[in-house]
Amino acid sequence: MNMTKQKPWLAPLLSLLILLLTLAAWHLATRPKEAAVIVDPEYAALVGGAAATGAKSAFPGPGEVGAKIWSHLKDPFYDKGTNDKGLGIQIGFSLARVLGGYLLAALVAIPLGFAIGMSPLIYRALDPFIQILKPISPLAWMPLALYTIKDSSISAIFVIFICSIWPMLINTAFGVASVRRDWLNVARTLEVSRLRTAFLVILPAAAPTIMTGMRISIGIAWLVIVAAEMLVGGTGIGYFVWNEWNNLSITNIFTAILLIGLVGMLLDTALAKLTRLVSYRE
Amino acid sequence: MSFLKVEALARRYASSCPAVFENIHFGIERGEFVCILGHSGCGKTTILNVLAGLDEASGGHVFMDGREVRGPSLDRGVVFQSHALMPWMSTLANVEFGVRSRWPDWSREQVAAHATKYLEMVGLGHALHKKPAELSGGMKQRVGIARAFAIEPKMLLLDEPFGALDALTRGTIQDELLGIVQATQQTVFMITHDVDEAILLADKILLMSNGPQAKIAEIVEVTMPRSRTRASIHHDPQYYRIRNHLVVFLVERSKLYAGDAVEGHDPKHPPIVRPGLDAEDADTSNPIAA
Repeated sequence: MNMTKQKPWLAPLLSLLILLLTLAAWHLATRPKEAAVIVDPEYAALVGGAAATGAKSAFPGPGEVGAKIWSHLKDPFYDKGTNDKGLGIQIGFSLARVLGGYLLAALVAIPLGFAIGMSPLIYRALDPFIQILKPISPLAWMPLALYTIKDSSISAIFVIFICSIWPMLINTAFGVASVRRDWLNVARTLEVSRLRTAFLVILPAAAPTIMTGMRISIGIAWLVIVAAEMLVGGTGIGYFVWNEWNNLSITNIFTAILLIGLVGMLLDTALAKLTRLVSYRE
Repeated sequence: MSFLKVEALARRYASSCPAVFENIHFGIERGEFVCILGHSGCGKTTILNVLAGLDEASGGHVFMDGREVRGPSLDRGVVFQSHALMPWMSTLANVEFGVRSRWPDWSREQVAAHATKYLEMVGLGHALHKKPAELSGGMKQRVGIARAFAIEPKMLLLDEPFGALDALTRGTIQDELLGIVQATQQTVFMITHDVDEAILLADKILLMSNGPQAKIAEIVEVTMPRSRTRASIHHDPQYYRIRNHLVVFLVERSKLYAGDAVEGHDPKHPPIVRPGLDAEDADTSNPIAA
């Protein structure tokens, strides 16, 4: 505690040190070795001379990955056909699917969560369904979605919808059910209508809890989209990763992984900011 | 008929258990300040909630202004013990919330002006845009009082509004409340644990016996002139007589009413006593004094 207060630069410095050590270790581990084996020239042509002889690992070093990232950054939106699109375009597809499924889920989960939180009857009636549906891996829905919807892109949106609905639903219901009795009594003694009470008292009172649910949901949605796009193919960052695996381009996979982490962090930060906006101190 | 009439009010949680309170009869006249005094667990808060329409009794009726009380109404303003301010709203917005419910047709400016007037009345004109979390306990309770007064109800119900405040703050707000009530001629029903607070504020004090089967044991009339202040009240010789009477009741007599009624006690017409007007030597024999 005291250390960080007195030296605010210490933590970033340590972070930098850890990064440099990791990069150094990575560099040493992937350094080219002396050629030792003679190999089949056809195989050498396939994987590249250096890799075939074992002189160079197929695993890229930090320099190669850095160069790759730079080339992607310089031109993120190129489109050279189905299997060769810029990372910016791929991330754009993924984000569109995630936001589509996520917003649809919010549209369903928040009103439904309100109903569950306000009515013990509805809560008890829906609870068994929620308990059974919630633990299902979202990808298990994929074949069913593909069969019924018959469109791979919409199926991916459906999978995002189904995985992000639960935290929002449960948090909304919990937040609404635990609004302080006193506040509701104030609204009752002031003869505030049920609708106005819902919007002016219950919604702001439960907003921080609802937003926490939304933050958990966006995290899960971003986790699931990569796997979903690996399955449905075509476009998106998940498909990009799988495609580069088939191309055996580890540098591209590395770049994509870093990018997935970065975007996930930005999504989480945005939701955290929104949560702070609706929080209140008692 | 009284402005507020309570008839045979009772509350029981299960038919096998004895009632928490039963046979509660009393009336409040327009403009009267009535305190209810009794030990914890005698059902004071439940009675207040029934009057507010927030709770239902197991038996009996409440009439206000000739009409039976069924559910909450803007005619009865409530000040909650825990102040119950919405923490996401500013002080002004909290009061405006009530004002807008009372007069939905008013313009934004009218609502704001009316709410500001009542906040200034409780001395919070400087804190209109503060959030409740930035206010002290006393200030929060003042906002609660302003919110209840601002809807100009026919009657105010106060559930131990000063219970959580320190003695100094409590005194200041008691004085303010006294001033506002005297100026507005508001009818008030208030729960308190504090004997001095009851004497300072009330015209009538309802003394409740201990639960279960709590009932109104006595109605004490505070016979001192209404223009009391906290600073001068103890100079009145009536003050100590009334105070002794109340303390003796709370310490000794409140438990005597358990089970069957004390002989001669009719819960429909609890005895009305005026200890303040008793002869000088009537109460001095009592050792429990201030």
